[in-house]
Formats: sequence, C-alpha cells, structure tokens
Amino acid sequence: MAYRARAITPPLRPWAGIGAAISVAALVFLSFGAVILRAEGWSGLTLVEWGALRFTLLQATLSAAFSVILAVPVARALARRQFPGRRVLILLLGAPFILPVIVAILGLLAVFGRSGWISTALGLWGLEPIRIYGLHGVVLAHVFFNLPLAVRLILQGWQDIPAERFRLAAHLDATPYAMWRLLEWPMLQRVLPGVAAVIFAICLTSFAVALTLGGGPRATTLELAIYQAFRFDFDLGRAALLAVIQVALAGTAAWVALRLARHEGFGAGLDRPVQRWDTRSPTLRVQDSIAITCAAAFLLAPLAAIVARGVTNLSGLPASVWSAAGASLMVACISTGLMLIIAVPMAAALTSGRRVSVDLAGVLGLAASPLAVGTGLFILIYPVADPAALALPVTAAVNAIMALPFALRVLVPAARDVVAGHGRLALSLDLRGWTFLRRIFLPRLRPQIGFAAGLCAALSMGDLGVIALFADPDRATLPLQIYRLMGAYRMDDAAGAALLLLCLSLSLFWICDRGGRANAPA
Amino acid sequence: MLRLDSVRIQNGSFELAADIEIDHGSMVAVIGPSGAGKSTLINAIAGFIPLWSGNVLWQDQDLGDRQPGKRPIAMLFQDSNLFPHLSVVQNVGLGVSPELRLTDKDVDRIHGALDRVGLSDFCDETPATLSGGQQSRAALARVLVQAKPLILLDEPFAALGPALKHDMLDLVRAVVDDIGATLLMVSHDPSDARRIADHVVLVAEGRAHPPQPTAEILDNPPEVLQAYLGTG
Repeated sequence: MAYRARAITPPLRPWAGIGAAISVAALVFLSFGAVILRAEGWSGLTLVEWGALRFTLLQATLSAAFSVILAVPVARALARRQFPGRRVLILLLGAPFILPVIVAILGLLAVFGRSGWISTALGLWGLEPIRIYGLHGVVLAHVFFNLPLAVRLILQGWQDIPAERFRLAAHLDATPYAMWRLLEWPMLQRVLPGVAAVIFAICLTSFAVALTLGGGPRATTLELAIYQAFRFDFDLGRAALLAVIQVALAGTAAWVALRLARHEGFGAGLDRPVQRWDTRSPTLRVQDSIAITCAAAFLLAPLAAIVARGVTNLSGLPASVWSAAGASLMVACISTGLMLIIAVPMAAALTSGRRVSVDLAGVLGLAASPLAVGTGLFILIYPVADPAALALPVTAAVNAIMALPFALRVLVPAARDVVAGHGRLALSLDLRGWTFLRRIFLPRLRPQIGFAAGLCAALSMGDLGVIALFADPDRATLPLQIYRLMGAYRMDDAAGAALLLLCLSLSLFWICDRGGRANAPA
Repeated sequence: MLRLDSVRIQNGSFELAADIEIDHGSMVAVIGPSGAGKSTLINAIAGFIPLWSGNVLWQDQDLGDRQPGKRPIAMLFQDSNLFPHLSVVQNVGLGVSPELRLTDKDVDRIHGALDRVGLSDFCDETPATLSGGQQSRAALARVLVQAKPLILLDEPFAALGPALKHDMLDLVRAVVDDIGATLLMVSHDPSDARRIADHVVLVAEGRAHPPQPTAEILDNPPEVLQAYLGTG
C-alpha cells in the first residue's frame, strides 16, 4: 500500500509567527535595500571613511581583548569562592545589559573624567588629570559594559567543567598550576574565542559610546560616521555607503561570533561555586579577593557616582527633561507591545521548527546596526513624510526589532518545553489554536514573557540610536535629552536626568519581570 | 468494537504490525517486552503517531482523518496528565469543554466526578500541592467527565507504589464501568493485567497479537512472553 503517513498537526499553527518573521525581515531588508541603492561613492573611499573603518576595528579589538583578559581572573575567583554577596554580585553582572548607555557614560565621566574622582585625586599630588575622550575612553566604556558579560560567559565555562574532574584532580594531589594546565586552560581555550568574538561584534555597532566619548577624525566609528554624514552634511549617499560597509562588517562578525560561541545564556544556574580543594593557599585567596574587589569597584563606582550626583539635582530638572521622559516611556511601551506581538507568535511557530531560524534572528540582532537600519528607513520615509514627525514611532519599531533576538532567546526554549510537555495532553483534550494559546501557552510562558518584556522595555527606554538621526530640536527621548544637556555643559541637569532615566529603566524591567512571575506556579 | 485493520507503523528500523479486534466493553491489558511498541500502539490509536498503512476503525468508522481531540478517546499518558497552572476543577473541566465554558450542570458533573475519585476537598488546589496518587485521581476524574467510549492508559501509574497502584486500578475499573467504556491499558506488570483485564494483547517481535483471555495467556505463556516474564 502507498505511504500515507499523515503528519500530526501541532496544537499551534505557525502561520502567525511566520507572518511576523516575514514582516520583520521585510522591514530590515527593505531598509538595507534602500541603503544599498542610495549608496554613492563606491569608486573612492575617502581617507575619512578608511579612518572610520580602521578605528572601528581597532576599538572593537581592544575592547574585546581587555574585556576577556580582565574577565578571566574575576570569573576564576567567582568560580571557586563562596562569600556573602556572591549571588548579588553575579546578579549585578547582568545589570549592564539593561543599563542605559548614556547613564553609564555619565557615571564613567564622574569617575574617570577630567574633573572626576580619579583626576581630582591625582591633582592632590600635583599630577595631570587623565583624559577620557578618544580611543581609551571608548575602550574604557566598552570594557565597562562587556566585562560583566565576559565574566558571566567564562564563569559558565568554569561551571561546565564537571565537579568530578576537580575531585579526581584533587585526589591526585594536583597543584593549582596543574589544575590550571589540566582543566582550566583547555576550557578557556575553548571558550575565550567565542566570548571575544561576541564582544567584538557588539562593539562594532555601538553608537552612543562613540558619540559621547569619541569623535574627531581620530576617534570616529562607522556608526558615528553614518550619523555625522547624516546630521552635519546631510549627505545621504555617503551615509548609505557607510551603512553598507557597516552592515557587511557587522554581519560577518556576528556570523563568526555565533559560530564560535555556542551558548550564551542569561546566567541561569551560575550561583553555585564548584567545590575545590586546591584553593586554600593564602596567596590565591588574596589574588581572588583583589580580582573580585577591583571588578566590583570598577562596575559600582560609576553607578554610585551617578546616584550621588543625580540625587541633588533631581528636583530642579527642566521641563524638557520631564517631557522627554514621557516620550521615552511611550516609546518603551509601544516598542515592548510591538516586540511581544512579533516575538510570541514567532516563539510559538518555532516550537516545531528547526534551530536555524533562531540563529538567523541572533545574527540579525547582532548585525543589524541601528543606524544602518535607521538610515534605510529615513531614505524610505523621506520622500513621503517628514521623518522628524515619525521619530518616536520609528524609534519604537527599531527598538522592538533590536530586542527581538534577545526576546526569542528567552521565549523559544520555554515555548518548546510547553509544547513538548503539554502538547499531546492538549491535543487529546481537543485544546488547539486560540484556546491552547489562551489557556495553556500564554499562562505557562508568562514568566518568560514578563522577562522578555522587561528586557525590551529597559533597552528601549535607554536606547540612544535611531532617535538621534530622526529627531528635530522639539522632539527627544530622555537619553537624547541627556546627551543634549551634556553638549550644553549642563552636567548637573544631565546627572539628575540620568538618575531619572536609570530609575525608569530599572523600574520598567522590574515591573514587567515581576508581573510575569507573580503568582506563577512552578 | 475497535478494529485495527492491517495497521503498520514504521519509524526508522522500528516496525509494528497490528491486525486485531477488540470487543466493546472489554478491558484489555497490552503487555510485552520493553521497546516492543506497546506505547507506540496506544499512541497510534490515539492519533499521535501516523500510520504507515492500514486503518483504525471504531464502530466501523475510520478514525484516520480525525485529530486526536476529535476521536472518541480519553487518554492518560505516562506523566504530565495535568496542567500545572490550572486548578483541579479546571483540569477536570477541560474534559467537558476545552474552552472551559461550563454551565451549572457541567460544574455539578465535575464536582460529582471529583467526589467519585475522593478529591472533593481539593477542587481549588493546583496539581503541585497534590500527592502523586491524588494527581492520578484528578486525571481519572477528567476521564470520567470526558465520558468517551474508549479509554487508553499509557502506564499512568508507573511511578506509584504497589498499594497505591492497586487502588488506582480498582478506581479505573469503577470509572470504566460507570461510563460503559472499552479499556486499553499498557502495562509491564502481569499482576496489573490479572487485577483488571479480561483480555491481554501481547506486543512482541514487531506484532500486536489478537487478544486472549487473561488467565489463559498468563497461565500458559507463549515462549516470547515466558522470556519476558522470567518464567521460561
């Protein structure tokens, strides 16, 4: 008899998710297409563009190298030490992800800037203040953001070494050096290239850091060059050309990074130190304490500085800051809603699909330079409408797309678990489609939906990217308004506004995450 | 009557053939060595595993085109028979209406079923707060309100201790009698079969054998069953 095996229909049909994915892809590729068609000057890249390319690669390489090298001792100390506050510290390592870049930069300026804590201290001994603008400022800020990520990824590597191996090594009376050579160094050889590649890719497309701490012919990244071609020269052709280069570069880097880095979680299960027998020597104890203290100080000092300086200026903030805060809240809410409308159906569709699509989303997320997408959208919108009038909706849409890969990474594994664990029972009870979605899928996925919404809301709240391209002087989000205050040397107002932004971002994240987990059964 | 007409199930190198009839109202234990395809057989009848060829017929109607939820079947799986985020009443209610649109009469029936399985004090609990035996009872209450003419059990009580399992089997018998249903139950324990089943379907060597009276086959087991039972 002929083969007539019928595929079993899953409880959720993938059409909505496929539609959402196609819309996102269409938007991204339309904007890339617009950029490619509009790009001018292929024949001769000027010195300026070569300089931007060179600086982009240089700062990303240095940022990745420093982040990884400094992260190793910290991760090692965290992997083998148990101390009060360890869990809080590890939790804190996840915080830079939702920390608005502009806030961190103000904090770093307060510590490392010309009139910051360190320069002031140097001045007491009659020494020159340190200079933060330029290459070392950009690298410093990137290390601030990516050191915690590197520590978490490397710590994961340490924890993936089976505890039995450490036990066996201890049984064989291995010295710390032998332990390093036998277990730890081979693990690092495996893990570090991936971590470095991910950080390299992230730093390629970073905009706000270069905008505030870079600049000038010797410290301009491609992302910043796009912005300058746009804002200062209104040379769409050159902006588009730079965007094409940026997309090609970032896409390649992201592809390599995802090949090299197999797992990049959100730090689940990191709060368990491995029991070790080789770490009792006082030297190692001191070494680990120094690593942890320095890392904690480096991460906490800028935040403390912002809080200290911001608190005194919070009450007298100008009205423009409050209206910008309102705009930012609106953008964050719209972009979170939009992200969920796209991501939840996609996660549902991906419960039966292959991993390829998720990986693709990951590549797009790392590769899609916000300014390149923004340039493309501007080119598309410009002939038909006033881009400035659409600044906030466009920002919300781009933010939703930027948050999508992270959201999918949170949602898809959980969605798969729901369907794998409850799919057959649901089918046997004729729970399908909308009923399955409403009764089973969404309630089971609520904690992950809350977490993803929190990430998106905080990312969107703190984003300083596309808005800088589109906004006119009457319109601003809070991060852009802070940047304008900095540009006008109103540093007290900027610090107050930064504290406000920090509180709003963290609150949005907390509310969403809490909302997802409240009363959620195990 | 349940009829498996020249059914073949194939998955890679695994193959199972079944050409059997099961009388309405009988209680059948499906036994056989591990990996022989007992679960596969049950899941194919329920519609979770596609047939390579042949037909599954209930009262001479082909079930092949029907989704699992549209078949005249109530099924219990090896595990996760309850949704952890729904209360006991809601879990049972799904057996009446997947959308949980319940009339007062439905609610009365659900409470009656919970009463029948001895869970009337646990209506608003979530499954996590119930013991393993209580969870099985809740799932059986749902089977009761589903009132489908064919009940399939894929070893849902395997994780329970012997005494509790016996209680459950007695309860299953009561539920099946209440509904007047036909029962097919996977088991790897011949004492389960003796306790509840009037017939046994032996699944071995790539084939589901026609049902035989329980006492007959267990007292004089064929060779392949002897090896499995350890009596050979």
